[in-house]
Amino acid sequence: MGTLIEEIFARKAGRPVQAGEILLLDVDYIMSHDNTTPLAIKAFRDIGKPIHDKNRIVIHFDHAYPAPNVLAAENHKKIIEFVKEQGLPHLLHQGVCHQVMIEEGYITPGAIVIGADSHSNTYGAMGAFGTGLGSTEIGVAWITGKCWFKVPETIRVELTGKTQPGVYAKDVMIHIAGLLGMDGGTYRSVEFGGEYIDNLPMHERIIFPNMSTEIGAKCGLIAADDVTIQYLENETPAKGRFERIVPIHPRYERTLEVDVSVLAPQVSCHPDVDNVKPLEQVVGLEVHEVYIGTCTNARYEDIEIVANMLKGKKVNPLVRVIVTPASDRIYRKALTNGLIDILMDAGCTVTGSGCGACIGRHGGILAPGERALTTMNRNFIGRMGSPLSEIYLASPATAAATALTGRITDPRAILETINN
Amino acid sequence: MGKAWTFGENMNTDEIIPGRYNITIDPVELAKNVFCEVKPEYAKTAQPGDVIVGGQNFGCGSSREHAPIAIKGSQAKCIIAPSFARIFFRNAINIGLPILECPEAVADITEGDDIDVNLSTGEIFNRTNGHRYQAQALPDFVLKIADAGGIVNFLKEHDIQDLMA
Repeated sequence: MGTLIEEIFARKAGRPVQAGEILLLDVDYIMSHDNTTPLAIKAFRDIGKPIHDKNRIVIHFDHAYPAPNVLAAENHKKIIEFVKEQGLPHLLHQGVCHQVMIEEGYITPGAIVIGADSHSNTYGAMGAFGTGLGSTEIGVAWITGKCWFKVPETIRVELTGKTQPGVYAKDVMIHIAGLLGMDGGTYRSVEFGGEYIDNLPMHERIIFPNMSTEIGAKCGLIAADDVTIQYLENETPAKGRFERIVPIHPRYERTLEVDVSVLAPQVSCHPDVDNVKPLEQVVGLEVHEVYIGTCTNARYEDIEIVANMLKGKKVNPLVRVIVTPASDRIYRKALTNGLIDILMDAGCTVTGSGCGACIGRHGGILAPGERALTTMNRNFIGRMGSPLSEIYLASPATAAATALTGRITDPRAILETINN
Repeated sequence: MGKAWTFGENMNTDEIIPGRYNITIDPVELAKNVFCEVKPEYAKTAQPGDVIVGGQNFGCGSSREHAPIAIKGSQAKCIIAPSFARIFFRNAINIGLPILECPEAVADITEGDDIDVNLSTGEIFNRTNGHRYQAQALPDFVLKIADAGGIVNFLKEHDIQDLMA
């Protein structure tokens, strides 16, 4: 009985739980990456006790990989030495950690997964609890296999209707970020549901929990249903019987209802994710880089939208248009199906998979005075490089349309010509 | 008792300690540059036992622990704010930096006020104007972590189950 988070935590606790309780729970996986693992190793060594279960530890190289500088290389070296020393079985370098965790089947309904990365909320798309923690807690969990949680109150986001052509899950989530604000979900579980979510495929569902981080949420959750189970069975190597997990007689702190059928494409404008405007208000603004990538919007279907819109066309040659697939698996599929050829013919730069330009260390850093339109989830000042640069967040379709002109452009006219 | 240092809303981890100083995790080193862009006099003149009084969503931004470590390194007694960003909240608890949520105190305290804080009861006394405020008391397990000087030290001596005992 309860909200989705109460249902998930109750399964782990072995008894009903309620918002406000503090629980010490077993965790299924403990995720960290090249940027956050070194500090976790330090905490682990300071405590000086053995690892609880090495099968639960998953370490990714994705933030600064391949190493763009000596400091990053030293981090990789340190982590590899630790993995060798401890005999850890899961060291992965095949794309953005969150995408790889999902597509490699680590995330299943009801799982508790903690990550030394703020976007670990992403796992909520599978009806799992995912949340971001600091590195010290990750080192602690390696030893204890456990983590304390306060059962959060829940904000239910009830989404009804169908989106219009040219409007995607990203536009809907940006709109929600504008409504709730950058601290609107602080400490809360934000539960996304309603007929719109029920009918949404997994690659679009992921965007909502992923960006729940940007509104301060502890987790963003979507019920585990047939879509989840079919995704796990058909798209991942995960094995077992997967449980459907839904809220049962939930008590919500607050419910936000949004009819998605009235929405136009949306943009999060510099410098805050909740500085949201309908696309038409920023159409024509000059950009210097278009970045299509990240754990938010660089899945196969996102790249397919971009390729369909750019097929047989050329992007503005004065704009750097960079495409970073979220994972190697996505990259390979796009390659096999000819999408990468289309992007390259159109003048895009396609990079290896990973976090890429999103963390401002490599793969498309911005100079002072430059403006990027990207499919990322976060537009903090200076995130992509110079603190004097600007970041605008939008859907892959808006990014593709903008790549052609070098100015923020509505994708709907182009989409109409493709579809007719 | 200690002097109150006041800060604005949505104080992010880069404002607490800019990323360029995060090349060390030594608390004393980090404390030399804490708040260097928003309140440079803090690092120079703050005394052990002073109190940070922040605005809502204090510590938003990155999951990096350098921000709470830098504040702890400055020997501040605690942070009082109406609300904290959630990863900062956990990080602060886990490194043993006490944090109290108390909107009434934040609304009433001005910079330089002389503040008494009882961490185990959540009572805050403003000696300058004589006002008292009640923050939600910290849960027992948080006090255990704070008393040990952080979760790492706690686990050197205890099992994780002892937190909830």
